[in-house]
Amino acid sequence: MTTTAPILALKGITKRFPGVLANDRIDLALRPGEVHVLLGENGAGKSTIVAMLSGLIQPDSGRIEIEGRPVTIRSPRHALSLGIGTVFQHSMLVPSLTVAENLLLGAPWWRRPARREMAARLGEIAAGLGMAVRPEMRAGDLSLGEQQQAEILRALVRGGRVLILDESTSMLTPDGIAELGALMRRMAGQGLAILFITHKLGEAVSFGDRISVLKLGRKVGEIPPERIRGEETVGEVLEMMFGARTAGAADTAPPAPPRPGRRLVVEGLSLPARDGAPALEGISFDVAPGEILGIAGIDGNGQRELAEALAGQRRAGGRVLVDGRDLSAQGVGGRRRAGLRYLTDDRLGEGTVGAFPVSLNLVLKEVGAPPFWRAGLERRAVIDAHARDRVRAFDVRTPGVATPVGRLSGGNIQKVILARELVPGARVVVFSKPTYGLDLANARATHQRIRDLAAQGIAVVLISTDLEELLALSHRIAVMSGGRIAGIVANDAEARARIGRLMVGVAA
Amino acid sequence: MNTDARADGAGATGQGAVAAAALGALRAGLMAAVPILLALLLAGLLLMAFGKDPLAYYGYVVRRGLLSPSGLEQTLTRMAPLLLIAAGLIVAFRAGIWNLGIDGQFMLGALAAAASGPALSGVIPGWAVLTVAAGLGALAAMAWSVLPALLRAFQGVNEIITTLMMSFLGLSLANALVKLVFRDPATTVPQTRTLPVDERLPRLFETTVSSGLVIGLVAVVAVHLMMTRTAFGLRLRIVGAGPRAAVHAGLDLPWLTVAVFALSAALAGLAGAVDVLGVYGNIRADWNPGFGLVVIPVVFLARLNGFAAIGFVFLFSMLSIGGESAARRLGVPTVFTLVLVAIVLIVLAVAEWLDQRARARRA
Repeated sequence: MTTTAPILALKGITKRFPGVLANDRIDLALRPGEVHVLLGENGAGKSTIVAMLSGLIQPDSGRIEIEGRPVTIRSPRHALSLGIGTVFQHSMLVPSLTVAENLLLGAPWWRRPARREMAARLGEIAAGLGMAVRPEMRAGDLSLGEQQQAEILRALVRGGRVLILDESTSMLTPDGIAELGALMRRMAGQGLAILFITHKLGEAVSFGDRISVLKLGRKVGEIPPERIRGEETVGEVLEMMFGARTAGAADTAPPAPPRPGRRLVVEGLSLPARDGAPALEGISFDVAPGEILGIAGIDGNGQRELAEALAGQRRAGGRVLVDGRDLSAQGVGGRRRAGLRYLTDDRLGEGTVGAFPVSLNLVLKEVGAPPFWRAGLERRAVIDAHARDRVRAFDVRTPGVATPVGRLSGGNIQKVILARELVPGARVVVFSKPTYGLDLANARATHQRIRDLAAQGIAVVLISTDLEELLALSHRIAVMSGGRIAGIVANDAEARARIGRLMVGVAA
Repeated sequence: MNTDARADGAGATGQGAVAAAALGALRAGLMAAVPILLALLLAGLLLMAFGKDPLAYYGYVVRRGLLSPSGLEQTLTRMAPLLLIAAGLIVAFRAGIWNLGIDGQFMLGALAAAASGPALSGVIPGWAVLTVAAGLGALAAMAWSVLPALLRAFQGVNEIITTLMMSFLGLSLANALVKLVFRDPATTVPQTRTLPVDERLPRLFETTVSSGLVIGLVAVVAVHLMMTRTAFGLRLRIVGAGPRAAVHAGLDLPWLTVAVFALSAALAGLAGAVDVLGVYGNIRADWNPGFGLVVIPVVFLARLNGFAAIGFVFLFSMLSIGGESAARRLGVPTVFTLVLVAIVLIVLAVAEWLDQRARARRA
């Protein structure tokens, strides 16, 4: 296949949000007639790219080029006029209108809606692509797959040349997914450039001409059409997603051996599925004092639920014991006092309250407790003194303890959380993706912090999707899949291969 | 690299910080004053479009609402229920809960006081009548908020809709109860029995200002201090500013939600009770001052700050008392007061947006 010139190209695109580097110097090129898959886990930066290409946000640096000319995509309307159509995850059709009427909604308000012309054009495009959806159908009567086709029509009817499909398969049945795949092929056949965003490896390999892999905001690899071939590609992509050397894991001092005993014991932890979150089933493991137990797995296989069940944020069946003491009946506060600490990966949304000052965020889990409160009254001087102390001890770079925590960088928010959770008395510390979104220096500092904790005899549960990080830090690694522990392997020379097999469901 | 760039501000000298703070205060003052003047100007243009003289209107409002002794007394008396409602709204909004059922809660509180006050009068001492009636008013309103509270706390049902619906039901229920149960047989108009004037809330000093004003002021200041200085207030603020952080920190979200509803509704009910016990002595079946929804913009103008709320409630009270007089004299409808408040809010919102955009440009 000859390489045609790209219609749309991203060059060195960088986008920061408070606390997160969402896109870090991304290069991406979309060519006519090609289905370009953008693959990555949640938080890899895929949605940020979609938002920039559809004009919802602007990049901080780098440029977007259309046919070689740099453009600024000012708004979704502007994106459409440039020929970039986006189909979002959730349908945006008005259910009481027909498909044709829905697609007329974006037209200028002073013009009479050209219903018949629109219906004719839609019919033509739909027939040309073999779509089942018809312009006169009411949007409310459409199946999810047909709604999606209508959304695709919306993107194409104004002369779109680039089509972005954002996680379009997440709501579809397996048949619907296959149908969408075939449709993408036909659209590419007509010369459209398609950007297909997914976190599912299987879809990427079966529908894509070219695959770009994003990881933590960086593009870690691209597989051109001539190298895409079934099983081999799967291995290569897995290597990129989980195996590639990441900046955060550049330090590989071997962990000190754990001490004898069982500091944390988890027995038969279970949780019913809820709101699309997977269930937990019969999770059992134990962690010795000074041991780091890694929890590996593809995102969304129950890791978050496990962390929340351990921390007491969700009531779960089974037992959790710390140093032989049963904490199953305790809530978050009781478990924290017993020495069980949980550091969430959602640092700004869950771990801290962005609008609150650093000082209050440092006592967020001790509201009402002495010495910070007496008889329910806040003792500001004590809270501030404590905050200054912790800020110094953890080297938090902040203008002052009264600064809202949301104004700090991601690394410093992480330090605030570390400073809060690692107050004396910690026995078991659960980390969820501790270096997610951090730059190299902060990631390294965090890794050292985790090693130091283990050296003090604290039991560490390290949940991460970064295999390299797990291999660098853990003594043993448990693999989660579908809400269960698929297996626990010792961190030795064969660990990488065995973990990979466990992740895709083959016994180690 | 990006970690350190943000910390550069730490190097600012003490002097610079003081100057910056003064500049900030000046800026905040301008940000409030300029839009309000602009809003008065816009409202004046609107009055001119109706063929009224805006200067005459504003002059009349200020004279009647502020400068005349009886007008000022009315203004201060009217503040009592508004302050209590503002206190109730501040609790709810700061905790991120939209209690829009204030009107129904207010009316049921007023009804409970109007039904119990005259009935107890002469049976127990005067101060006990007032205490019991006010307490029953708060309880009645709290009871009316239980259903939305439980639905929100345990089922996640949107409280905006449930409180509004309960509000309509509460207004109708209060109306029906006045006609069917608590009606004073001695009168022809459907109204409750009247609490004698000398048994109502005492007046302040030698004026006609009801001591309800003191209750309102105490309530707003107490709520402000509770929200900013106590552990309970901080928990509510965490729930409002970061519900997921609240769960993460181990706060009992459902119970705090119920507590917020109870507190907010109790204050609204107390507002109704204080208005009845201090001013009217009874309620008529068709009475509904509709204070709840008009105080909402006022507390937002005050940015949910209790002390600022006192100032804005005073301003609003003056505008509405003066506006009522002006309506009779100049033929400008009483609702023009609300139009004025709405214009102030819109102008403030636009100013805020422009300010943020300017800051984003500079950053």
